[in-house]
Amino acid sequence: MAKKKFVVGCFDDEEVLFPAVGKVRTAGYKIHDVYTPFAVHGLDHALGLRETSLHTAGFIYGITGTTTALSCISWIFTKDWPLNIGGKPHFALPAWIPITFELTVLFAAVGMVLTFCYISQLAPFVKKHHFHARATDDLFVMVIECTDKTNAEDLKAFLAANGAVETDIQIAEEGWWLGRYDKDEMRFENKQIVAA
Amino acid sequence: MHLKYESQLREPLVYGDKNYHQVTEDIVRPIEAKPTKLWYVGFYIAVCLLMFGVYAIYRDVTYGIGQWNLNKTVGWGWDITNFVWWVGIGHAGTLISAILLLFRQGWRTGVNRAAEAMTIFAVMCAGQFPIWHMGRVWMAFFVLPYPNTRGPLWVNFNSPLLWDVFAISTYFTVSLLFWYSGLLPDFATVRDRAFTKLRKRLYGVAAFGWTGSTKHWQRHESLSLVLAGLSTPLVLSVHTIVSFDFATSVIPGWHTTIFPPYFVAGAIFSGFAMVQTLMLMIRKIFSMEDYITVGHIEAMNKVIVLTGSIVGVAYLTELFMGWYSQNKYEGYTFWYSRANLFSPYGWSYWGMMACNVLSPQIFWFRKMRRNLFVTFFMSIIVNIGMWFERFVIIVTSLYRDYLPSSWSVYYSPTIWEIGFYAGTFGLFFTCFFLFAKYFPVIAIAEIKYVLKTTGEGYKDKMGHLEHVPVEVFTHSGHGHTTVENDGATHG
Repeated sequence: MAKKKFVVGCFDDEEVLFPAVGKVRTAGYKIHDVYTPFAVHGLDHALGLRETSLHTAGFIYGITGTTTALSCISWIFTKDWPLNIGGKPHFALPAWIPITFELTVLFAAVGMVLTFCYISQLAPFVKKHHFHARATDDLFVMVIECTDKTNAEDLKAFLAANGAVETDIQIAEEGWWLGRYDKDEMRFENKQIVAA
Repeated sequence: MHLKYESQLREPLVYGDKNYHQVTEDIVRPIEAKPTKLWYVGFYIAVCLLMFGVYAIYRDVTYGIGQWNLNKTVGWGWDITNFVWWVGIGHAGTLISAILLLFRQGWRTGVNRAAEAMTIFAVMCAGQFPIWHMGRVWMAFFVLPYPNTRGPLWVNFNSPLLWDVFAISTYFTVSLLFWYSGLLPDFATVRDRAFTKLRKRLYGVAAFGWTGSTKHWQRHESLSLVLAGLSTPLVLSVHTIVSFDFATSVIPGWHTTIFPPYFVAGAIFSGFAMVQTLMLMIRKIFSMEDYITVGHIEAMNKVIVLTGSIVGVAYLTELFMGWYSQNKYEGYTFWYSRANLFSPYGWSYWGMMACNVLSPQIFWFRKMRRNLFVTFFMSIIVNIGMWFERFVIIVTSLYRDYLPSSWSVYYSPTIWEIGFYAGTFGLFFTCFFLFAKYFPVIAIAEIKYVLKTTGEGYKDKMGHLEHVPVEVFTHSGHGHTTVENDGATHG
């Protein structure tokens, strides 16, 4: 796995963090991520992240649930085993609404949570590099990826000048996720060794 | 400047001059400290009750449900009463976390975590009753539609009892997912300040490797908002479907169209009462007075008086319809079996009326809403009343059917029916005590999110803004000065 060098700047106030994010981006640095103890609204826009499509996935899972319920029940009650219930119609749509609704919700919720965990690489026993232990307590931790051209010391000073209370240089590697390594990296050499 | 301002007229949701770290300290402290004596006593009692329940169930399975006093007409007695009662209690958690989230009720942040936990445990308790009532419990999976070698013979999708299977299991699953996804960041907080290796390991596994990445938070927000949107109709559907178990039958006293809204209001009513009971306990045992404030208690008491009155209107409507329909069976059920104090079960009807309709009216007075003793006492009264309601609905409609020859037997439970019920209390409180000890009982990240808006210290500092004209705020220079409410899921 590729180890990368990161410059870490910790802020103790989101009101200092926002202008700092702007300045760091204008200066042309690549912000790897900002780790925050709670959802700071607007930070995703400040970082230039695109909107999440998770809700669209949720909608698709939901209609999958609707279709599953309706198609299964109607097949069972009209084709597979038509049951005469007091002479009432076999295709009894109104009576199927409750189950259809429940399955819509169930599919949407379960699908969304699993998708959320998968794309965010969250699962039990997953090891990740934590840049600062207080990122889940009271610090807003900005992590900047260094390139060949980056002067880490300069960057540290730049962050401190913009209000970082703590700065640091860390070498970290990307975690694995279901056999898929960080997308930036091509691991062809290793593969050949294994094949030979 | 970063404008997060809330009117001084609103009470702070977090008392004391706190910063983010202090919030973490306050909420994580009970997890890191040794449990108090009070906790051990409570846990011990809960486990004893649970053991008794396990024994009662062991007897149910061994000797069959003949050991209950169900008879020819009262085929549903205590256990379905208890089922509906627990499911009803299980409604408050999702109501608080989902509906109040969509309505942007800030006070939900203090109580949602514990209320959601309560929901999950209450639904677990509720599920026991239909499962063990089956008698041959090893065939419980027959309620699920699966391709089988008996035809395949499918379940009846037109039956409300099957709708219930789907409703309750969906509700349990979705509540669990909602609760757990909210817990991830807080488990990470506990993990990152753990002082033993084992603790770090366990909470690390529970936190799923949460880092607090901005992208993850963005998705987390989207997830909680959509889950809230899904749970809102879900929570209403569940008790609606439970009420269909009764309303789609042709038993006088059950066959009414008022049942769905009446059951949902009753569920919210009893659920909030149970939340009050638990919150007052948590607040006391773990000294969370700064986070579960008197304002929170008052807000919940308002919901109690509202839903209690809705339920009261429903009772009166039923009585009116019992007379207005001029159906003699309806009239007999409502005016003799129920409303007549001197009929065999008249005591349960008037017990219900006293507990559910009359006594909550005390909460029209602000002083009473903010009185913790009154609130605790009333929360118990309401739960007793709501139990009576289900008992009234089930037993008084059944004990005298169309054949006077079956009327003679007076249904009262055996010790094993009572033991089963006591056992679910044991299950509920065992789970709840474990939750209170090992889980963050208040949503840490959500409290931090509202801290700078509604924390007492911050509110005091911003008091002077009350007199600044609006124009000052509408023309400020920065890009992020707008009032924070886009996609606000924590508001």
